Amino acid sequence: MSEYTPDTIPQKRPLSMQLDPALFEPATASEKEQHDIMRESTTFFRDGMRKLFKNPLAVFSLVVLILLVVVILFAPLVVPYGYSQIVTVNGKRDRTAANMRPLTYSEKEQESIDAGQKVFPHIFGTDELGRDYFIRVIFGARVSLMVGVFASIIVLVIGLLYGSISGYAGGKLDIAMMRLVDIIYSLPDILMVILLSVVLGQVLGDSLQGTVFASLGNNMISMFIVFGLLYWVGMARLVRGQILQIKNNEYVLAARALGASSGRIIKKHILPNCISVIFISTALQVPSAIFTESFLSFIGLGVQAPMPSLGSLANLARSALQVYPYKMVFPALGICLIVLSFNLLGDGLRDAFDPKLRR
Amino acid sequence: MSETILQVKNLHTSFPTDSGEVRAVNGINFNVNRGKVLGIVGESGSGKSVTAYSILRILDNPGRITEGEILFHGENVVDYDKTQLRAFRGAKVSIIFQDPMTSLNPVYTVENQLVEAIRLHTPRNPRQARERALEMLQLVGVNEPNKRLKQYPHQLSGGMRQRVMIAMALACEPDILIADEPTTALDVTIQAQILELMMELKNKLGMSIIMITHDLGVIAEMCDEIIVMYAGRVCERGTAEEIFYNPCHEYTKGLLHSIPKITVGKERLTPIAGSPIDLLNMPKGCAFASRCDKAMKVCLNTPPDEIRINNDHIASCWMNVKPVSGKTQEGESKQ
Amino acid sequence: MLKYSIKRILLAIVTVFIIAAITFFAMNAIPGGPFAKEKAPEAAVQAVLEKRFNLDKPIGEQFLLYLRNLTQGDFGVSLKTGREISTTIFDSFSISAYLGGMAVLLSLSLGLILGSTAALMRNKWPDRVIIFLTTLFVAVPSFILATLLLLIFSYGLGWVSVWSVNNQSYLLPIISLALYPMAYITRLTKSSMLDVLGQDYIRTARAKGVKEWMVIAKHALRNALIPVITYVGPLTAYIVTGSLVVETVFTIGGLGSKFVTGINNRDYPMIMGTTIFLATLMVIMTLISDLLYKAVDPKISFD
Repeated sequence: MSEYTPDTIPQKRPLSMQLDPALFEPATASEKEQHDIMRESTTFFRDGMRKLFKNPLAVFSLVVLILLVVVILFAPLVVPYGYSQIVTVNGKRDRTAANMRPLTYSEKEQESIDAGQKVFPHIFGTDELGRDYFIRVIFGARVSLMVGVFASIIVLVIGLLYGSISGYAGGKLDIAMMRLVDIIYSLPDILMVILLSVVLGQVLGDSLQGTVFASLGNNMISMFIVFGLLYWVGMARLVRGQILQIKNNEYVLAARALGASSGRIIKKHILPNCISVIFISTALQVPSAIFTESFLSFIGLGVQAPMPSLGSLANLARSALQVYPYKMVFPALGICLIVLSFNLLGDGLRDAFDPKLRR
Repeated sequence: MSETILQVKNLHTSFPTDSGEVRAVNGINFNVNRGKVLGIVGESGSGKSVTAYSILRILDNPGRITEGEILFHGENVVDYDKTQLRAFRGAKVSIIFQDPMTSLNPVYTVENQLVEAIRLHTPRNPRQARERALEMLQLVGVNEPNKRLKQYPHQLSGGMRQRVMIAMALACEPDILIADEPTTALDVTIQAQILELMMELKNKLGMSIIMITHDLGVIAEMCDEIIVMYAGRVCERGTAEEIFYNPCHEYTKGLLHSIPKITVGKERLTPIAGSPIDLLNMPKGCAFASRCDKAMKVCLNTPPDEIRINNDHIASCWMNVKPVSGKTQEGESKQ
Repeated sequence: MLKYSIKRILLAIVTVFIIAAITFFAMNAIPGGPFAKEKAPEAAVQAVLEKRFNLDKPIGEQFLLYLRNLTQGDFGVSLKTGREISTTIFDSFSISAYLGGMAVLLSLSLGLILGSTAALMRNKWPDRVIIFLTTLFVAVPSFILATLLLLIFSYGLGWVSVWSVNNQSYLLPIISLALYPMAYITRLTKSSMLDVLGQDYIRTARAKGVKEWMVIAKHALRNALIPVITYVGPLTAYIVTGSLVVETVFTIGGLGSKFVTGINNRDYPMIMGTTIFLATLMVIMTLISDLLYKAVDPKISFD
């Protein structure tokens, strides 16, 4: 048993300690506060964004997509060719300028270069009608992206409205609305899309001539209509599920117990949670829509010539595949790049923002 | 004094994560003696379950035991290879978990899971194993055992599922049963039944129990010895009497004071101030210091040793060391 | 279980009926009727058409007659070839069935194996490679893949010959068709497996002393497979739609390519018949997948 006196310095033993009696004074409140290191709290949004930007793939795809959009927007300003414009030299149609390989010039163009004129290079070559392929691919990408985004917005709007009404109303109305959803859901979508595209294409006939939509062609408009008719069901189910979950959730109960009104409940509690899930679902809907559009274009139900879309360009390239493989490669790469980037971005968003996945 | 069958010495377990190393257990010591019930008390996050999983070495990836020894009859479990571990788990030391619904495999029958446990560790053919399974179900008080064998976990009530878990754990007559919050998920009346059952079986089979819980009432009922844990460290260790009637750690005192008493008239609840510690950023001195009324400067700087109060009682709290000029008042530093 | 099965079967029948109705009435909404062609047929041909397809009767009756014909296996006659559509369907379907069936087998088996491997070796190199490959293949549409494969291996390297009725080389088409579902199933299996491996009952199994490989093979796998079964329905859908393009690209004479040809030719009876046939197939497969799921998951069987 050892004596523990502050006056004597104890012998050094391996596990002994020297303690200063002054240390046995009570600690002050501020000292205790410093002692307790807490993790900084952040909002849900900031936390999610931080996680998103830590994800290299997601950041990469975001960059790729932004670059793509920039190129698509500004390329037509740089490249002096139109997507339906047949190459001309000195105002005359150049018949030798068809099916040129990338970065080559036709005979007539070569002549005019030698004569001192400037001819903008055909970066991707030309197609069988002598149109600059690069600008066609750019426009094709534009169309594909617009179709993808537009279709997703249609799906979002209809699905959101339908789902929230159904979810919040509850009761018989909810059951009836969901019955309809079940029926539509069980229809095989691609087949119906094809069918309705064919039909609507004929039904619309010439009624769209002269309107904004004429350039897209009946097939595209039919596709939008079909999307509006069929594809919103997934989103509606998702939204309804979210609303139901939260309606019955404890913290809504708690808010109500504190006297909050319905509107406030919806705004403050329900919406922020739903938003992340809905946003992610929409982001992942875009590549799916682009997929569908290129698929339809590939089997001949796509945009009307001469307007290109990546899918229709791929389809046109098929017949001359052995001879001019580059005509297939560029639109194919375009589709893959866009779809891949959106998928990666969507995955990244999901990893960062989905509340269920948070550890 | 019964023999010591399990000795945990200076156990450190941590989980390396992306955000840093979560130090769940930070140097704990305790013994389990034959035929005795040891209680481990603490809040969520104190490291009680991780201690149990460390003993059986069923830590979830990426958890690792980083230091210390776990001596079972003298053999260090930390060094066991796969074969030794398999013979150890379920046969020498068994565990039952908090939520029997999720702890039983939903796609296999009760019989399947019971018989599996039996045939893993005892040489029985399927028919004999089935008989043993029936025996065990009867032992734990499951009614209509024949019918129950054919049923799936979701078809049984909570209490019955827990009995099945107990049957599975005891089928091979282990030396120690670890019960990780076995009654937390059950109704109070069922709770009483399960605890009674466990005590009965302990006496019948002569085994030891490690009872992990945050419920002081359960501890008081069942335990011979108690350790109080906070932030992965042992605050106080002693017999049940000592702990309840002579608590020497401020945290233990806080816990006991926070139990509302039915006898006293209207009084405010006295919780322990502050929030549980962040295991990613362990402070320098005593883990409890920032929440402690009596915290002293030394508490903030230096983690306290285990200070011996008497033969059966140690506390890791600087309040038990009073450096007055001359003699020591209580305790000395334990080497 | 029985009650549920009956309910689902009835629902499936109703769905097929609705599909037939939509198809029929949509087709007839086309101005000039489905039998109008750019070139007006001769009067005699017109008369035969009218009689065969009951064009003189009111539309509702036409529909019922059409349905009756369907159940007897009479899909009508192709406007383009004049052949019985039913013959065309059943002939070409055997080819498509082989192609699709092999693709399903390939994608399921490889998907399950790769997915489990990725889950078990999480964050080690096999997992990373698998993640990379699956992310890639999930983003490549089957027709692009098919064309690229054709380009590289048939035209470019000449390793694999092009399909013809006499020389039926299915290797590339099967791969093109199977790659996307395989990637999807791999991811599904991996996430399901990871989910299961984090469950408490896996910890119980280990605590009982069960051998590690048995924990995976017995306790984890059976639970992990359950969500994958629900994918069989959408899988069939994908294979069917995928076959449309794959058969076209590889010039395989299956039902898919016949369908596409029909679309391009505006051969309406052909389009109708094929749509209904394929749609019915998809509904049946979804039904089977739903019933299978209920049979395998004990928690739901007893509802």
